Amino acid sequence: MNIFVCVKQVPDTETKVTPNADGSFIETSSIKWIMNPYDEFAVEQALLIKQANPAANVTVMRVGSVKDTEALRTAMAMGADDGILVEAGDNLDSFSIAKALKGAIEKSGKTPDLVFAGKQAIDDDCLQVPQILAQMLNLPSVAVVVGFELNGSTVKAKREVEGGALEVYELATPCVIACNKGLNTPRYASLPGIMKAKKKPLAQHSLADVGVSDADRRVKYSGFRLPPEKPAGKKFDATDAGKQRDVVAQVVGLLRTEAKII
Amino acid sequence: MANVLVFTETNDGKVKPVTLEILGKLTGNTADVAVIGDLAADQVQVLAQYGAANVHKLKGAGLEKYSPEGYSNALSNFIKSKSYDYVFAGATSTGKDLIPRLAAVFGAGCASDCTNFVFEGGAFAGTRPLFAGKCLAKVELTGPKPHFVTVRPNALGMPASPTAGAGAAADVAADAGQIRAAIKEIIKAASTKVDLTEANIIVSGGRAMKNAENFKILNDLADVIGATVGASRAAVDSGFAPHAMQVGQTGKTVSPSLYIACGISGAIQHLAGMRTSKVIVAINTDPDAPIFTKADYGIVGDLFQVVPVLTEEFKKLLGK
Repeated sequence: MNIFVCVKQVPDTETKVTPNADGSFIETSSIKWIMNPYDEFAVEQALLIKQANPAANVTVMRVGSVKDTEALRTAMAMGADDGILVEAGDNLDSFSIAKALKGAIEKSGKTPDLVFAGKQAIDDDCLQVPQILAQMLNLPSVAVVVGFELNGSTVKAKREVEGGALEVYELATPCVIACNKGLNTPRYASLPGIMKAKKKPLAQHSLADVGVSDADRRVKYSGFRLPPEKPAGKKFDATDAGKQRDVVAQVVGLLRTEAKII
Repeated sequence: MANVLVFTETNDGKVKPVTLEILGKLTGNTADVAVIGDLAADQVQVLAQYGAANVHKLKGAGLEKYSPEGYSNALSNFIKSKSYDYVFAGATSTGKDLIPRLAAVFGAGCASDCTNFVFEGGAFAGTRPLFAGKCLAKVELTGPKPHFVTVRPNALGMPASPTAGAGAAADVAADAGQIRAAIKEIIKAASTKVDLTEANIIVSGGRAMKNAENFKILNDLADVIGATVGASRAAVDSGFAPHAMQVGQTGKTVSPSLYIACGISGAIQHLAGMRTSKVIVAINTDPDAPIFTKADYGIVGDLFQVVPVLTEEFKKLLGK
């Protein structure tokens, strides 16, 4: 069984993001890069399947800059068997990334039984790549998955929709599954795992190697800027129990008369 | 002037408000609406009032329930029979899943989750938040048409005086084609409240809630003001609330009219997810908590004392 896991490297969630000088992207020089948090659930799900099916091979793939291979090495330290890195800039659009991932799968010579990805990358927040990749590979997909069972070649996947309701899908492998938080508890990489990961095969391709060119760009970004700051608000002291009701009544009153919100 | 198709979803037979927001913003272009299944005459009327020229009701076997493939097959065949420049949809659960796949059928691009847009010389130019709203950027589309756009609910706002369209409704025979991933069952959520991403008012609890049981005081407040309850990542990771309730960079990005943050310090990743709320009220014991820098009305105090009083005062105000 061939399992492919798509991962992306993104700025840590605590990063303060600032636009670069010409507004073409963000300033990336001092960013701490991590594996996209949703991708950790994808890696973990693949590894859980491998535990139950020791013959399964887990390949972790990433399209992005070569300067730091943190995400791929982390996934391999967690237990993925091998990795593929397609070298590209950090602000490639979803269509190009999906096409590169498809090209990388084809180049590996393996036919995928399962493709896992995070439901979205927390940098561009597009929620597109898994669905585009599924369409390009002509595979069914289920996105925002919080429950997953594999029985032989039958998959049962629970997809979370508005308000926390769940759509339960049944489908056969091969398929693409985009994972959400809550699906599982990602393992930490062990020290021996980290040592082993250094020796695991990591294939490197250029975008051209996997058939992607500038002509594949579909989405263009410009004018990166910080959102407008709100003017400072009003602050009230309700630490004194005797004054609490007055203070709260005042705020509730302002919500109606000043903010006109309720 | 662009020729646009807006895909609408319905909720209890009513078109989702985001469709009307999009139609209002498309004034000056030709806008048709496509819906999967039937749509009552009064709803067609609403779409017409907001500018729909034609309302296409796609009907066929296999389209009773949502499926990424069924909806994508039906819509792509319909779109191929027309000549739309753009296809718009709400950035809802269905929109976010369906539209990228549909765009890929055409080898076309998709601008996700836009919070605003204009047409510059007939070409789409959108604004969208990235990094959970820590940054904004201009987004443009290139490559084969039609181009696809999803729009965040509540972001554009309802048009004040929409220009009406003809609203000519017609059935279209549609084919769901091969559906390999099908819904077998839908497990309803325990809560019947509107989703956080569509909520007009949100009451959120943080680490200071201490446990899941204490969320009752937030639920009581939410019931009075018709709010949906959310939670910070700290509260979710501590097991006080499920991930479906999480607001922030690894949860939901929300922009309600009123956001009440209770016992939330205001980590960068949380602020990113709720900073576009129109009015923010924060309750926190720490006067220096970062949440107060974003709050319109900050109340320094213990949420366990302040929230119940807040609930009572809202009751009085609303005559409940």
